[in-house]
Amino acid sequence: MQDAKGPDQLFQRALAEGEILLPKCDDCGAYHFFPRVLCPHCHGTAISWKQAGGKGRVHTTTVVRRKPERGGDYNVCVVELDEGVRMMSRVEGIAPGEVVIDMPVTAFVGEAEGVPAVLFKPSEG
Amino acid sequence: MTTELRGKSAIVGTGHAGLGEAHGLTAYDVMAQSALAALGDAGLKLSDVDGLFCTMMEDSMPALMAAEYLGIQPRFIDGTMSGGSSFVNYLTSATMALDAGLCDVALIVYGSNQRTASGRLVTASRPPAYEAPYNPRYPISAYAMAAARHMHEYGTTREQLADVAVAARAWAQRNPEAFERGPLTREDVLGSRMVGDPLTVRDCCLVTDGGGAIVMVRADRARDFPKAPAYVLGSAAASSHRQISQMKDFTVTAARDSGARAFAAAGVTPADIQAVELYDAFTINTILFLEDLGFCAKGEGGAFVEGGRIAPGGVLPVNTNGGGLSCVHPGMYGIFTVIEAARQIRGDAPGIQLKDIDLALAHGNGGVLSSQVTAILGSRNTL
Repeated sequence: MQDAKGPDQLFQRALAEGEILLPKCDDCGAYHFFPRVLCPHCHGTAISWKQAGGKGRVHTTTVVRRKPERGGDYNVCVVELDEGVRMMSRVEGIAPGEVVIDMPVTAFVGEAEGVPAVLFKPSEG
Repeated sequence: MTTELRGKSAIVGTGHAGLGEAHGLTAYDVMAQSALAALGDAGLKLSDVDGLFCTMMEDSMPALMAAEYLGIQPRFIDGTMSGGSSFVNYLTSATMALDAGLCDVALIVYGSNQRTASGRLVTASRPPAYEAPYNPRYPISAYAMAAARHMHEYGTTREQLADVAVAARAWAQRNPEAFERGPLTREDVLGSRMVGDPLTVRDCCLVTDGGGAIVMVRADRARDFPKAPAYVLGSAAASSHRQISQMKDFTVTAARDSGARAFAAAGVTPADIQAVELYDAFTINTILFLEDLGFCAKGEGGAFVEGGRIAPGGVLPVNTNGGGLSCVHPGMYGIFTVIEAARQIRGDAPGIQLKDIDLALAHGNGGVLSSQVTAILGSRNTL
């Protein structure tokens, strides 16, 4: 990943270093996610990387039901970050069924399926 | 406003094979048996087919595999893969190809053995890179999150979702071709195993084998066939995303757009439609599509389906064969929406045959609410 060039490589490299970077269009100023070589809003190709603020809200959520012997139930949700982009993730630190729509959450870099991934925990206060 | 393609093509044959369980058969066997059944219905032979419209779940070049298996060399092939909506979408490309003289006999066909082969959804599609690490269960987690958002914004209830499944079962109970025909109550649905909150296993479509096929010709030839044709009055496609995390509004699908254009092309309105065949992969689908196609206002879909209003004897006949929830769901159900709509118009519905059906709607869904395709079929009286 030393020579990371493509948007996906750059995002993954930052994640591996514990940083969440979001692509932002230099032309229209809008963020987008997932990372790509153009802005899906205005189709501009000048994209900069910005550190994510990490604050967001659960836009929608579900509990994937799984037998206890296979690891039990877990959360899958879509979070909308304050930057206006959405990503699939899960909220950790509370029971999967306790995750509710509009709940304020904070991002952190954790691990999912053995790879670095953006995860969320309930925001404090 | 109608388009110049209105009524230019007609369905002159439908067929199916292996509904439920097709023991010992491959997906392509079921595909071929379906093709033969539809051609038999039309009084045509495989050697008459010069346009092939096909996709399957298991290969990257399924239309070529199908043509090879069938022993035909079509002049025109469309294998566009937009999920289960593909087969409704082929009504548009088949109509265009027929009208332009690129083919004379169009065969739309599909087959699957997913139930007896593995008991679960067979798919050649890769999990999206930015979703896969979170292990969403494909595709139910996506539909569960759409249902959760609809409940949050509009107060839609699990009871209303359950009533969609109960209505589908009531139609299926009168259809000897349907796979699940046992009694089903709202309490049964609510009390069954939760799979992905808020959806239980009874909010989910069946996992069956089965195939379907449709034969189409230009409208000027359609009167020469043994049975009454069903004309394609309008068809339109719209797509909004591929990955569920990219869906802009989880409560509004692109069916709003595909429906509006299909109705405009056909020159009719939702109030004119006498039978509605929707791709009900999950109970939330029926509610979303009834809203987005204009049968009720946004947010009122739950109340619209409540207490048997879309069941036999209700206010609107929806999924008159029992749908993907209770009749058949072999990986992709889309072709069966068209087959049932055509059969209602042609007077050979396998279950409840509604009286004097001149206008029916078929709506296909693909991916995770990603691709929406609406078609309006009509009898000769609507030309």
